[in-house]
Amino acid sequence: MPEATVILDAIAIQRALTRIAHEIAERSEAGADVVLVGIPTGGDHLAARLAKILAGIWNHPVPVGVLDVNMHRDDLDRRAAPQIHPTVIPFDVTGKTVVLVDDVLFSGRTTRAAMDALNDFGRPKKIQLAVLVDRGHRELPIKADFVGKNVPTSPGEKISLRLVESGAAQDEALLKKK
Amino acid sequence: MSWTRKHLLDIESLTADEITTVLDTARAFKAVGERAIKKVPALRGKTVVNLFIEPSTRTRISFELAEQRLSADIINFSTEASSFKKGETLKDTALNLQALNADFIVIRHSASGAPHFLSRVLDAHVINAGDGAHEHPTQALLDTFTIREKKGKIAGLNVTILGDILYSRVARSDIWALTKLGANVTLCGPSTLVPKTFEQMGCRVTYDMDEAIRDADIINLLRIQHERQRKTMFPSIGEYAQLFGLNKARLAKTKPDALIMHPGPINRGVEIDSELADSDRSVILEQVTNGLAVRMAVLFLVNGGKVPHDAAGN
Repeated sequence: MPEATVILDAIAIQRALTRIAHEIAERSEAGADVVLVGIPTGGDHLAARLAKILAGIWNHPVPVGVLDVNMHRDDLDRRAAPQIHPTVIPFDVTGKTVVLVDDVLFSGRTTRAAMDALNDFGRPKKIQLAVLVDRGHRELPIKADFVGKNVPTSPGEKISLRLVESGAAQDEALLKKK
Repeated sequence: MSWTRKHLLDIESLTADEITTVLDTARAFKAVGERAIKKVPALRGKTVVNLFIEPSTRTRISFELAEQRLSADIINFSTEASSFKKGETLKDTALNLQALNADFIVIRHSASGAPHFLSRVLDAHVINAGDGAHEHPTQALLDTFTIREKKGKIAGLNVTILGDILYSRVARSDIWALTKLGANVTLCGPSTLVPKTFEQMGCRVTYDMDEAIRDADIINLLRIQHERQRKTMFPSIGEYAQLFGLNKARLAKTKPDALIMHPGPINRGVEIDSELADSDRSVILEQVTNGLAVRMAVLFLVNGGKVPHDAAGN
């Protein structure tokens, strides 16, 4: 069994999301043109939670979508075929500020794939990136706009996020050594 | 989720889990077809050869569109315009295509086992688009996809396959897929075309059409394959239509929600009344739409699987 350390517990995750929501609100005061798009698995649940908090700040519902990026990955012939999740974007992204939400930012390749995938749905006015954990080791010039926690890691380690929405007993983010 | 295969050669060797993986993946690709931009870059830079050594229109077009929607480059190779006419062997043709760095070969051939043979001599991914009377795996996958989408499940459903079973690769692939997923399969048609030996595949054989469709949730009609029959297997088309053609009177005695399927091309007035083919009980055209999604899923899945390592997640 690899050794696992809790890097964020349930309270810390909730606190981080609340702070990220306020930072998003600070950047877009009325929030009229802000939509959230989560990247499965993990980012979709976080996007739904952020939307709830933002709705409380702005006093209006915030649209949430789910974007699967697997068809746009750059490593499809180097790995076992990834599991594809349904993409659901029930609004027009053109002219909107789209906040992409992911659980962990690592190489940046998922984010690049997400930006490409999003382009197939329209031309957003802005794309911003919110992540719960930034673990470093970027392979592309990509930087998150909103970060829950910066965690220094070594490339061989793995971060896994457990959320109650996907059946975990409680929210937690774990760092596993290999 | 489980898929580590390099080729799609048949349904017989797939597990229920692998079939379900294709169906789940196809669902996502069907949604891509409903977007304004219907193309994704998953196979960008890959070359697909459609090697159709037997005439086909719908399967070839469906594969071709699937390949285009995945951004692959395509070479079409058909009997009429090929060097087969000049006496080149299948292996030599395939090696020539590989020398052009083809990444995928989609093959339709009149000889059973041709795709399996190619998969042994080539490095490319091989997809069986129908081999003789052996198998037509993507047809079975689109049939099961359609059934699952319409009925919400496959296990426990009664599926009746009617017509020319003996010469049908669709029937064989369908039987494998449906029985693996837990459906009860009944076969029916003229006794010359539905040998009792099919019971060994785990299905029921009957020669009474009304009994065969009475409790069916799905009625899958197959075309009489004149081109594959060496001699006449039944007295006349008229008699076939009378004994085994689906008409209004017969359909009235089935379950009210039984669906009609057909892999096409349909012979109106033979295996099915023209009116029924266009009725709301028929899902024949939806099968065509789903075929595209299923073929995209298959191409996508076989493209991976070379190095199964833990690249997912972060």
